[in-house]
Amino acid sequence: MTVAAEGSPPLRMAGARRNPLLQSEAVQGFALISPTFVYALILLVLPILVVIAHSFWTQNYLTIDHTFTLENYRIALTEPIYRDLLWRSLYISLTVSLLTVALAYPIAYFISFHGGRHKSLWLFLITIPFWTSYLLRVMSWKVILGYNGVLNSGLMGLGIISEPSDALLYNSSAVIITLTHAWATFAILPIFVSLEKVDRTLVEAATDLGDGPLRSFLRVTLPLSAPGVISAALIVMIPTVGDYVTPKLVGGKDGVMIANAIQAQFGKASNWPLGAALSVTTMIIASLMAGATVLVIRALQRLAR
Amino acid sequence: MLEQVQSERIQTDRTMIEIRDVTRSYGSFKALDNASLAIREGEFFSLLGPSGCGKTTLLRMIAGFDTPTGGSIAVDGQPMEGIPANRRPTNMVFQSYAIFPHLNVEQNVAYGLKRLKLDAGEEKRRVEEALAQVSLTGLGKRRATEISGGQRQRVALARALVMRPKVLLLDEPLSALDKKLREQMQVELRRLQQAVGITFVLVTHDQYEALAMSDRIAVMFGGRIAQVASPKEIYQRPVNRQVADFLGGMNFVKAEIVEENGASLVLDTLGFGRVRTDKPKAFVRNGGAATLGIRPERLRVLWDNATAKFEVAGKVVERHYFGEITHLIVEIPGLEKPLSVTETNDFGADDIPVGAPIRLAYDPEALVAMAD
Repeated sequence: MTVAAEGSPPLRMAGARRNPLLQSEAVQGFALISPTFVYALILLVLPILVVIAHSFWTQNYLTIDHTFTLENYRIALTEPIYRDLLWRSLYISLTVSLLTVALAYPIAYFISFHGGRHKSLWLFLITIPFWTSYLLRVMSWKVILGYNGVLNSGLMGLGIISEPSDALLYNSSAVIITLTHAWATFAILPIFVSLEKVDRTLVEAATDLGDGPLRSFLRVTLPLSAPGVISAALIVMIPTVGDYVTPKLVGGKDGVMIANAIQAQFGKASNWPLGAALSVTTMIIASLMAGATVLVIRALQRLAR
Repeated sequence: MLEQVQSERIQTDRTMIEIRDVTRSYGSFKALDNASLAIREGEFFSLLGPSGCGKTTLLRMIAGFDTPTGGSIAVDGQPMEGIPANRRPTNMVFQSYAIFPHLNVEQNVAYGLKRLKLDAGEEKRRVEEALAQVSLTGLGKRRATEISGGQRQRVALARALVMRPKVLLLDEPLSALDKKLREQMQVELRRLQQAVGITFVLVTHDQYEALAMSDRIAVMFGGRIAQVASPKEIYQRPVNRQVADFLGGMNFVKAEIVEENGASLVLDTLGFGRVRTDKPKAFVRNGGAATLGIRPERLRVLWDNATAKFEVAGKVVERHYFGEITHLIVEIPGLEKPLSVTETNDFGADDIPVGAPIRLAYDPEALVAMAD
């Protein structure tokens, strides 16, 4: 293979004689990432393709009819029950992400700007709730919000209410409260990271140019931490749309979400194609909502001048 | 050119910044120890010293980012105690420039003006004027992340100048630039200061920068102000060995005080014999010993049979070539340390062989007495 030294045209010929496909840089690149690529393909893409395929088929008692149909989507989009559940899921997950971000931001800000030498200790303390199972944490909210729960006894003890309120548990507010608490850490961490990246001299520069603490926060710190706010919102929003454990345990009749319906279709109702269509619909609508959220936060960031 | 600009100065004798007995302690460590200073209106004033000498601490206290643990600071006659940084008549150019990355050049410059609620035309006019002052006209729409280091520095300057502060504080503004750009910016900064007539306070550890730009310099060591004077006086009449050493090279010769009176000192040295020098203003006698200093460039090589009224003789022990100059190390009988001599290469100083005998001429005016 001495031709290689004679310049590029012979090199191309030499390549052609061997195997042009293996010579291409793109192919070599794909070959390098192939283990991870295959892994991702099998574990991520394939299941989604199976779900999408099912959504176009029909359940025929115990077998599946493989003829293409859009009937499942018609049901998913027009049946009032599914529409309501989907709307409620979107409403709950949007509210939860807004609340979580709003509550997580001050905590992340405090740790980042005033944590001093104890930053890692603070972050460690925040992860402590994760030492217990999620189910236990949900159950403890039942104890707090229940008819004979901590909150009711406390309010009665203080004489604010005369008899226990049953408005606390088994509704969408209970789901919102529980999810907000459960996802707080996932929102604190990305916001903390983006706040850590804000150059403190920028805040000093804003102060030097006449801004008080609130103004410099709104004009410099907040817009520069927008990437963290965006990831926090998405990290909370996307999984909560599809949550079904929390509504099942604390949601009651009024807190049922779309995932409970999907679970029913794959389980008791045994109508996989409808369940798949509901899943795909939820996935698309949740992505649209996430995209809209990103655009709104970016637009707000651009308002800072 | 520079001379002509110099005559247009708006410098007055009015004090703009009064620093009185300012101390800043961190536990038992004193970053600043009883510093007193009066900076005049329209002056280009430099705080010069090695890192950790307290110069940046002092600058940050004038800006309001740090609070003195003792003493007081007044700007334009107004005591600054309790006034937060955002309400002080000072603006700062940060070492890292601190350009807001989410705003473009124009928005960066207009940042401080927004709060003043000027009408749109006036704001635009002032931003454009500031951009023109730092030669950035036309770059207003560039993103802050799309401009070079030198341009970022200009944006930082424009952003501070547009506020029309009484005092502009500059924290090592040129240290991030490469040598050529730094030298160009020194000239530009000086010109700009004279054009706008604002009091500039510059913090730097680069003695040449301070000498080239300032009207007056305060040299600081270990939290204390060692000397405050014009660049020329600081260089030629340093008050002690530390100051002399920090501002370029200096030969130190051990001396004994023979006579001391109001204005002059008579010193006995081994190499230079008995010399009479001006007594430095802050000279405090410490026993009978003192130090005599002479700058390497104030020693001239005497060629062939040339003679001078004041000369010392010795032997060349080392020679270092630096292009336009040569650095000679000359051993003088009786001196414990050899003298360094800087000579221009016009007459062949670069050809003097090592080991050759040499005679050096000096002007007794160039000898400085320093307390030991």
